[in-house]
Amino acid sequence: MGLLDKEFNDSNIVVAKMEDVMNWARLSSLWQLSFGLACCAIEMMAASASNYDFDRFGVMPRPTPRQADVIIISGTVTLKMATRIKRLYEQMPDPKYIISMGSCANSGGPYWEHGYHVLKGIDRIIPVDVYVPGCPPRPEALFEGLLKLQEKIRTETIRTKKTA
Amino acid sequence: MSAEEIYNLLKEKFGDSILEMVSDVPTESIISVNPLQINVVCEFLRDSEKLQFNSLMNLSGVDDDNSSKVTNEDGTVSISGGTLTVYYHLDSTILKHKITLKVSTEKDKPEVESVTSIWHSANWHEREAYDMYGFIFLNHPDLTRILMPYDWEGFPLRKDYENPEFYEGMKIPY
Repeated sequence: MGLLDKEFNDSNIVVAKMEDVMNWARLSSLWQLSFGLACCAIEMMAASASNYDFDRFGVMPRPTPRQADVIIISGTVTLKMATRIKRLYEQMPDPKYIISMGSCANSGGPYWEHGYHVLKGIDRIIPVDVYVPGCPPRPEALFEGLLKLQEKIRTETIRTKKTA
Repeated sequence: MSAEEIYNLLKEKFGDSILEMVSDVPTESIISVNPLQINVVCEFLRDSEKLQFNSLMNLSGVDDDNSSKVTNEDGTVSISGGTLTVYYHLDSTILKHKITLKVSTEKDKPEVESVTSIWHSANWHEREAYDMYGFIFLNHPDLTRILMPYDWEGFPLRKDYENPEFYEGMKIPY
């Protein structure tokens, strides 16, 4: 992008488009809402821990929705929990992003037919940016999802949040 | 003490409240008890010197799936009759013996005496059995739903349960 590689040349002046700088800042420090639901949350925690180290992508857990940028729906969403998740999402400030992690959050997973208590896909209540398949997905798969989200943020403009 | 001896002891003490013993099962023998006398029987099982059942290992509900289907005049099918059963797995950690009790109730009026005052661990187990099957545990201190939302309708583990279409505006079927 030519943003940082000239940082210490040319008298410490960087010339860049506003959009590029904003997007770069946003995608480089995606703070996730510290929030786990089921076995996917174990993989998410492994992704945060030292072996995989989510922090090298700028992802770190925040225990409050008011200071979070991304919410990772990591596991089975019961109907009882769905009402709470919707409220957490509404408490997050814009711009906010959603990663749906694993089969349960994507479509209900193994509960798709007999799960009277399970929401069949988190996209029925909140808009999802990236779907990560797997049951549960390995940390590498979650990284792939995060990189996809970063790609998406890189193409945003100041005026509108890209939805496609 | 063997199941046979426990059964004879109970039969002698409580007579008609003890209904029968089933032994030809792959598990431990099961003693049937009158649902409105179960608290008295359990108190004796806990306090008797010879028995000392100081631990309720598990309490669970079962839908016996013996209802009959009735076709109404307008073609709809409804369920009538049938029984629900509660199973109690007791253990004596002192005397190292076990026993299983069961009480059967009519599905239309599933009333069972609570054993919460005898073993406090029964409190949440009975709430779960109420939540899933709709048992009414008489004299339970707080008989409310424990897993499903408080405003949920119906009892999900009954065989004749049908999924609702929506919960708080969220579609439930796939």
